[in-house]
Amino acid sequence: MLHDLFIAPFIEFEFMRRALVGSLAIAFGAAPIGVFLMLRRMSLIGDAMAHAILPGAAIGYLLSGLSVFAMAGGGMIAGLVIAIGAALIARNTELKEDASLASFLLIALALGVTIVSIGGSNVDLLRFLFGSVLALDDQTLLLIVSITTVSLFALALIWRPLVLECVDPGFLRSVSRAGGPAHLAFLALVVINLVGGFHALGTLLAVGIMIVPAVTARFWARDITMMIVIAVTNAGVAGYAGLLLSFHAGLPSGPAVILVSGVLYAASVIAGPVGGLLWQAFPGRHLEA
Amino acid sequence: MSILLRTVIALWTAVMLASAPAAAQDRVKVIASFSILADLVKNVGGDRVDLSVLVGRGSDAHVYAPTPADARKVAEARLVVVNGLGFEGWLDRLIKAAGGKATVVVATKGIKARKAAGDHDHDRKDGHKHDHDDDVDPHAWQNVLNVKTYVANIRDALAAADPAGADTYKVNAAAYSARLDALNADVRAATAKIPSARRKIITNHDAFGYFGAAYGIRFVAPQGVATESEPSARDVARIISQMKRQRIPAVFLENISDPRLMQRIAKETGAKIGGTLYSDALTAANGPAPTYIDMMRHNLGTLVGALATS
Repeated sequence: MLHDLFIAPFIEFEFMRRALVGSLAIAFGAAPIGVFLMLRRMSLIGDAMAHAILPGAAIGYLLSGLSVFAMAGGGMIAGLVIAIGAALIARNTELKEDASLASFLLIALALGVTIVSIGGSNVDLLRFLFGSVLALDDQTLLLIVSITTVSLFALALIWRPLVLECVDPGFLRSVSRAGGPAHLAFLALVVINLVGGFHALGTLLAVGIMIVPAVTARFWARDITMMIVIAVTNAGVAGYAGLLLSFHAGLPSGPAVILVSGVLYAASVIAGPVGGLLWQAFPGRHLEA
Repeated sequence: MSILLRTVIALWTAVMLASAPAAAQDRVKVIASFSILADLVKNVGGDRVDLSVLVGRGSDAHVYAPTPADARKVAEARLVVVNGLGFEGWLDRLIKAAGGKATVVVATKGIKARKAAGDHDHDRKDGHKHDHDDDVDPHAWQNVLNVKTYVANIRDALAAADPAGADTYKVNAAAYSARLDALNADVRAATAKIPSARRKIITNHDAFGYFGAAYGIRFVAPQGVATESEPSARDVARIISQMKRQRIPAVFLENISDPRLMQRIAKETGAKIGGTLYSDALTAANGPAPTYIDMMRHNLGTLVGALATS
């Protein structure tokens, strides 16, 4: 019975196994990035970047059809151009980074939609926006797993400056010049993880698996390492449970994954030991026991 | 509407008509909602109609979004030929928004509609089963005999709008209907040659309900009848199990749905990817399905090719 419910779908169907591998790989890559985004108060930037990727992916699609690597490459280039462009404008003008990024993202989104609709039908656009975790082929899986590998190694490399910049950017600036490069490398990681995610979950929901588990982790740990462990676990569980939900209840798979992580988030807001509502309402009970 | 406004419009129309070239003046302005209907109208109306189409070749009418240029075309048209049966959900609003005095011609008038996704119903035990009465399958043109009704409806509407050309329309429609009869006979003969155990197909859009019912081929699809709905893991799993269980020999791609999913299913079941079937839209003039009759012949050839060989 339990076997039927939780394991059999993955044994019986290869597409479920592929979907699971893809979701887990995305969880390992994206969730740690999400934790840093949250700690740096950049949670919404992920959203902006996801839209910024669209025109690049669209151009890649126009040039070489539904090729995974053309679309991913185009998306990465567009994302990086916009991340760096927004950062440069923020540093050299009166505009704050969020404002310049917001304008870039809206322009990019409009451009992306225009390019897609010039080159193909509306259905192609929907494919970009919603992805398909059930149709992961070898190429796409390879791309997602490579992105995760690269991003884990890169995170290990820039870990110290990144953590310092989250906690005390002034101090980092006084002792090292690693802050700037680390910031750029980090933005690049955001972009490649979104590109990996949008093949499986689509541009809209790739951000979801990055941010929601990370924000949830905030309710369970104060320590950044623990937060990342929890976020990755959380994203993995959401991927697994979301696929099962899609399998048993017949829900579309991408949204199901994000909805599960949304449920985990809601539960954590209420019951999470770090700043959760219940723990705030009854602060003494914990100590009495 | 005020009298002044009416007068202004009448005057304006008179000026426009007077200044328009003579040829365009006596041609009937007709709009067809999508490419297959346009092909039928062209065959019946010939040179007497000034034809334009809203959803062009290769585009999906299910998820089409009208543009202001389309609204202008509709406002100027005498006749708007639509498929009906809920196929062009967006069109009613467009016609209302555009104003104008076009007569709407429902080409499927008099055709007995099939329930949407009939083969699929037993698969959907959940709440959102297709059980409303108005939920019919709009793809009636996939049965060649239905298209004879389309042609008759179009002929009558054109004759009513342009009585001077009634004879022409009659002759054209009769000639085209004869070609349809020949096509129908060919499809019937070719499908009859396929062993009945192999007359099963999986395709990613159940637009072929009418075709299947008329010519005895079962089409199974992983998605509902509209292309908007995203397939769930359960849908895909069911299709794969079903294909393995019933030994469905071929899986077909369509020109307007996600091909990656089909490839995944084909790999997992060992079925053959049969080729491309065209259902809702014609291809460009140099493609395999530039006209309705070409489309049906192309589909027939593709189907027979995949199913007849063992």
